[in-house]
Amino acid sequence: MTGRAARPLRFLHFAESAVPFPPSQSQDRVPPRGGVGLKAEHYRTIIETLPDVGFFEVHAENYMGAGGPPHRYLSAIRERYRLSLHGVGLSIGADRPLDRDHLQRLAQLIDRYRPGLFSEHLAWSSHGASFFNDLLPIPYTNASLVRVADHIDEVQAALGRQMLLENPSTYVAFAESSYSETDFIAEVVRRTGCGLLLDVNNVYIACTNQQWDPVAYLEGFPLQHVREIHLAGYTSEADEKGRRLLIDTHDRPVAEIVWFLFARAVRRTGAVPTLIEWDKDVPAWPDLKREAERAEAVMRFVGSEAA
Amino acid sequence: MQLCELQHEFAAALLDPGRPTPAGLVGPDGVTSARRFAVYRNNIVAGLVETLRAAFPAVHRIVGADFFFAMARAYVVKNPPRSPVMLDYGAGFADFIARFEPAATLPYLVDVARIERAWSESYHAREAIPIDPCEFSAIRPDRLPTMRLAVHPSLRVVRSRFPALTIWQMNIEGGAPAPVDLSLGENTLVLRPGSEVEVRLIPKGSAEFTEALIEKRPVLKALEAALMVNSGFDLAGNLFDLIKAGALTGYDLAGAAR
Repeated sequence: MTGRAARPLRFLHFAESAVPFPPSQSQDRVPPRGGVGLKAEHYRTIIETLPDVGFFEVHAENYMGAGGPPHRYLSAIRERYRLSLHGVGLSIGADRPLDRDHLQRLAQLIDRYRPGLFSEHLAWSSHGASFFNDLLPIPYTNASLVRVADHIDEVQAALGRQMLLENPSTYVAFAESSYSETDFIAEVVRRTGCGLLLDVNNVYIACTNQQWDPVAYLEGFPLQHVREIHLAGYTSEADEKGRRLLIDTHDRPVAEIVWFLFARAVRRTGAVPTLIEWDKDVPAWPDLKREAERAEAVMRFVGSEAA
Repeated sequence: MQLCELQHEFAAALLDPGRPTPAGLVGPDGVTSARRFAVYRNNIVAGLVETLRAAFPAVHRIVGADFFFAMARAYVVKNPPRSPVMLDYGAGFADFIARFEPAATLPYLVDVARIERAWSESYHAREAIPIDPCEFSAIRPDRLPTMRLAVHPSLRVVRSRFPALTIWQMNIEGGAPAPVDLSLGENTLVLRPGSEVEVRLIPKGSAEFTEALIEKRPVLKALEAALMVNSGFDLAGNLFDLIKAGALTGYDLAGAAR
């Protein structure tokens, strides 16, 4: 607990199943169903046909403009659907103070749209005066752990709610890492009381790129803290030594191996809100919805097995 | 290495392909992997170029994919975003194009880029309710010159020595390029009074008049600016057009706009 003795201890003694912040209001709660990342291409179809989808998720930063169509559509969609808010710019893994203005913007969005879930990444993206529009990896060391835990404490205090932390897709490893990724994440949860967003596509990408066993990864992952799952498609390349190098492109259907790992995870987590992320080469609405339906079918099947 | 030092090296190498892969970034064999680090470099540049392509579709179509990629790449490595709110990225792209040597043979490109930038700003601008034309028509015409007017937050004007609006329209989705007379200048008004961005051609003097209103100057000063370029400028007609378009949100007969 070095460096954290002065922090409030209120998050540290919760039992595994407890949530350190009041759960979101029941009318805002995101159901354990298949959901879809909301894309501008589909605004009209959704408003006009009101499809049966468990929830929508948006990138917080895309709704930080002052006004205009994005807010108009999101307001209309929020009236009919539950919402999950997914941040991509908070830079929780950066070794510098969090951007207070950005936290404020997030608080305003949460106030306005009442999302049932809020998540961010185990990554960094800001340095100096620059923002890098990517999710950059961190070494799994004690220093990183302290930084990340402090930042998550600050986020949860500022927003007055639990946040979910997403496991990363990584292309490099750090020679200096002293924790496994799953142990690092488990320790962050233990210290902060945050929940987890399990990105199964990221699990497969990281495991392929780092030559870890994805089944063992899931077994080592603190699945009891998972409150949401992400599924997406990846692109397959190779590094300079001909080793498989998967890139987290979100530009195609979910791979079969990822569906397989999803089913394995759901056997342990039970049904949880599960999002299809498809951000580039966005397909027609029915194709996207079909992926969310498949996620629901997997959860139903696993549930019926357990019954 | 300290975490902040490591991130400093990582960040410096991201935008400068001349710098080596930072030490300690390795593949599964524990050996430094330049190819793996290059994924981050590529993601960032490709992501920013794509952001510009989406925000400047007509510029992209005019110059073609290869030229656009080279020009946008030159911009993004010198101008990485300053904020995690990427909606505003590309604010300086038109000025960059104006200084970008290889684009000098397309002198109208800058103004097309300015229209596209104005469109983006208008799209994300704060909501406001335009004033009702009926309410305004009750004002005596002789009181118009001393009035102050509040304009809609989404109102933008782009002046051009070239037919920039026509060229823009021919190069957005659904447009078809055709020969144009490059000597015919066009001034463009961009506005989002409701849910859609509207783009229209405005007559001689209107650009100067509207710009003065955007700068919160009184109607009389705006009128003077308009008369400088068009001695036949029609004040009542221009005001009526602005009101009809939904470009005004408040007025005050003397003093600050309400």
